[in-house]
Amino acid sequence: MNQDAASDQGSPERIVLRGHRGVGPAVEGEALVSRQGFSARYDLNRAIGTYSRESHDLYGHSVVGKILVHTTAKGGVATAWALLDMRGAGRRRSGLLFQQSNPIMVQGAALAGVAILDRPGPDPLDIIETGDFVRLDPARSTVEVEKRSAASPDGGGRLPSGDVPLARTV
Amino acid sequence: MAERSVGAQAPGRARGVELTPEERAMLEGARGDGVRQALELQLQVGAFFAAERLVQVTSVHMMAEIESMGVAGLRWVEALADAGQRVCVPTTCNPRSVDFDLWEALGQDRRQVELEERLSRALERLGVMVTNTCINYQTFNPPRFGEHLAWGDTGTVIFANSVAGARTNFEGGPVALAAGLTGRTPAYGYHLTEQRLGTALVVVRDQPRTNSDWGALGCWVGRQVIDYWQVPVLTGLEATPTIDQLKQLGACLASYGSLAQFHLVGVTPEARTVDEAFGGRAPLKRLTVEPGTIQHTYRSFPAEKPEADLVVFSAPQLSVLELRTLADRLRGKRVHPNTRLLVTTTEASRAVAAQLGHVQAIVAAGGMVLTGNCFYLLTPRELAERFGYRTIVTDSAKLANIIAGYGYNPVFRPTDVCVQAAIEGQVPW
Repeated sequence: MNQDAASDQGSPERIVLRGHRGVGPAVEGEALVSRQGFSARYDLNRAIGTYSRESHDLYGHSVVGKILVHTTAKGGVATAWALLDMRGAGRRRSGLLFQQSNPIMVQGAALAGVAILDRPGPDPLDIIETGDFVRLDPARSTVEVEKRSAASPDGGGRLPSGDVPLARTV
Repeated sequence: MAERSVGAQAPGRARGVELTPEERAMLEGARGDGVRQALELQLQVGAFFAAERLVQVTSVHMMAEIESMGVAGLRWVEALADAGQRVCVPTTCNPRSVDFDLWEALGQDRRQVELEERLSRALERLGVMVTNTCINYQTFNPPRFGEHLAWGDTGTVIFANSVAGARTNFEGGPVALAAGLTGRTPAYGYHLTEQRLGTALVVVRDQPRTNSDWGALGCWVGRQVIDYWQVPVLTGLEATPTIDQLKQLGACLASYGSLAQFHLVGVTPEARTVDEAFGGRAPLKRLTVEPGTIQHTYRSFPAEKPEADLVVFSAPQLSVLELRTLADRLRGKRVHPNTRLLVTTTEASRAVAAQLGHVQAIVAAGGMVLTGNCFYLLTPRELAERFGYRTIVTDSAKLANIIAGYGYNPVFRPTDVCVQAAIEGQVPW
């Protein structure tokens, strides 16, 4: 990653990715980054909100309150319902960011009021790492990234942790 | 905070969807608040994908089942029904998550049945034909070339686009129902000729023979091309595939690659030649299916243990011909007492297969023929917890893909090997 704009005078580095207009409210939270695709049916135990596909690189991680960053939306049509179901079951809404989405993920996000963006420039997987603080603003077509390493040299960052739900509507 | 701004506004997304006077009236509530909400939902999706207009659709096929929609989705459907809204184009629906006759024998919860009954009633009030099938194209609603559809279930979409030359995107349950209410869908993606052209050339040098071989081919290609917006063009195939083989190929391309269209040169209607399939453009990607690929694909699903807990024939639902094949292989044999053999099909296919004696042959061997559902919808996580299921042997690469997310060890094998596993109670290889 290009570090030219690393923080100065102790300020954390902030990077803004820009894309097209997305869907849903502005949200912010901790990023959970995968090099694989995502489907709520193929990959998630929706009852508890964790990745349940053993071969997935995020197996066992919780999606609750996170900004999920994936390569693509994969699989079938179930996700169009599943995002609403997860929200109805009390899971705090997550934000979704893809290199490229399919229609199902957008349809599901629109119904459930979940923020979604895709195809921001440059490639979000080149910029965002798990633990970075991310703010998605679909109406403004922006993805603001606060690097975890810039926020805290020990990697802990300025992010809240533990039971605090991270992705919140702003 | 130091800031650097990168990237640029992506072009072509700012323009909104242009509406006809009738559509504007819908948006103003002339056909009820439910139709207004449905159109608003469609317009959000249309704007995301830069649709410039809506197209009228001739039919809708929607996924509506409790396993994926939960109580929240059920309430959404019931609210539309309570508001007195009705679909205005023929609207069918995908399989449900229970068999109303066999749920208890299968070991499902009554609560799931009650929710499915509520859903069926709500769908009927909306005017939806509660057909419970994922092979509508093979039974009562074959698509035709060039017609615009709003279909869900990815297997139905890729079949309609590829084999028939109809035009539809993946339409999830909520927006499919919205299309049923408005009679329209946003014109983006596979409604547009430009999107339907090939992007990846796949030269096949390992010839599929059986139905499941075609599924293995779809699995392998889908793993290489995981992108809804890509269109593989397959060439080099020696055999002319049957409809069931095209069904397997399409379902697996859609499952593994999230693909909505393929071309089979010399077989599918928009690919009389390679050049036609690509619209004169050069392929963006080239793949070769080398000899041994199909066998290697089966082997990529190893069994953790020799015992087969379940043997399942499902996903997509079986046609009459597939039921006949299975019955012929099971006739006079007996499923191992420690293994459960399950088959899913449509009500129409079951009726014909029963008339021909095929259902009886499967049941006599110890199999269970479930109707109007698909295995991965049948609350598989709860069944696994209740009965300790782990290893599932199947001739459906699609099912093998999906069921891994539910805590199963999927073993994808040819149909004959699956039958052998059911009889012996062990995975042969």
